[in-house]
Amino acid sequence: MAVSPAPPVEATLSQIFRAFLLIGATSFGGGVMAYLRSSLVEKHRWLDDESFVQLLAMSQSLPGLNSTNMAVLVGDRLRGNMGALVAIAGICLPGGILMFFVGMLHRQHGARPLVTAALHGVTAAAVGLVAAVAVQIARKVLTRMDDLAFVVLAVIGVSVLHQSVLVVLFVVGAIAIWWYRPRDEAPGRPAQ
Amino acid sequence: MSQLPALIWVFAYLSLLTVGGGLAAFPELKALSVERFHWLSFQELIRFYSLGQVAPGPNMMMVAAVGEHVAGVVGALVVVVAFFGPTGLLTLGTGRLWRKLEGWRWRDAIQRGLAPVSVGLLVAGSISLAKGALIGWVSVLIAGVVFLLLIRTKINPALLVLCGAVAGLFAFGIR
Repeated sequence: MAVSPAPPVEATLSQIFRAFLLIGATSFGGGVMAYLRSSLVEKHRWLDDESFVQLLAMSQSLPGLNSTNMAVLVGDRLRGNMGALVAIAGICLPGGILMFFVGMLHRQHGARPLVTAALHGVTAAAVGLVAAVAVQIARKVLTRMDDLAFVVLAVIGVSVLHQSVLVVLFVVGAIAIWWYRPRDEAPGRPAQ
Repeated sequence: MSQLPALIWVFAYLSLLTVGGGLAAFPELKALSVERFHWLSFQELIRFYSLGQVAPGPNMMMVAAVGEHVAGVVGALVVVVAFFGPTGLLTLGTGRLWRKLEGWRWRDAIQRGLAPVSVGLLVAGSISLAKGALIGWVSVLIAGVVFLLLIRTKINPALLVLCGAVAGLFAFGIR
């Protein structure tokens, strides 16, 4: 799966910044990827569908959020270092400013009983949200029974043994990569 | 102001753990910001994280609220740059290298192996958040309803979190 070379499209730094700023300001409710695809592939035609999927796969296996990794990769393809910088700045700016004010308001009003009650509901709803996201990603990613073993090992490491995420990532990650190591009998590999 | 160096390394370090999503780093975010540095309480962290799920853009912009909480405007700026800078540079470098690694057979093994581990980290992050947020049967009910609606329908998650706020007002606020 080769990442095709940068497409011959013209995009100025200001166009890149505005496109990502708009995504950063309007992508309510997670699923930033859908917003990114509709802007980059459909509206601006800076990427074709195939390149989008390839960059997305790369974003998902690197540290960092998928959305900001996509911003960096797309910005870089369009305008190099500066393109990457304006893209990540654009996508982070609206939510960052909003959360800055949330922090300020919380200091002033966070202790009020009604605010506390509403936030109690918000945090409970967020648990349902993150659990649903985890299940949805699991459905997509887990294809074999041995995958499940690594999920369980990672959960035990963090939630039961209370090891740091870094240690679990390195230890379980290394075992998992070794488990799926390249084998010589490539043609005989089981499907999936 | 004396907290700035600690803010920088903590959030730069946390950003490198966000394999698969920001939630993967949540247990470590709690361990460092709540238990080690006492920048905020676990309840405050959970509130910021949850509110961050309603904000547009990348779902970890809540780090700006933590930075603001600790050191005002400067804190927010420092934390955002520390959290997005290192992984941004790493992605920039790896993105250029990735094409050259096309024939490298371990590349697929790394992608394949890290995928289930990152799912495990997301589950562990959810458990950590749930431990702090689910107090009493009403909150369990709200979480359960949101979970089922998201799995079964295409409702906008931000809308459901706002509904959670209304449910919270009625369940816990109006007596």
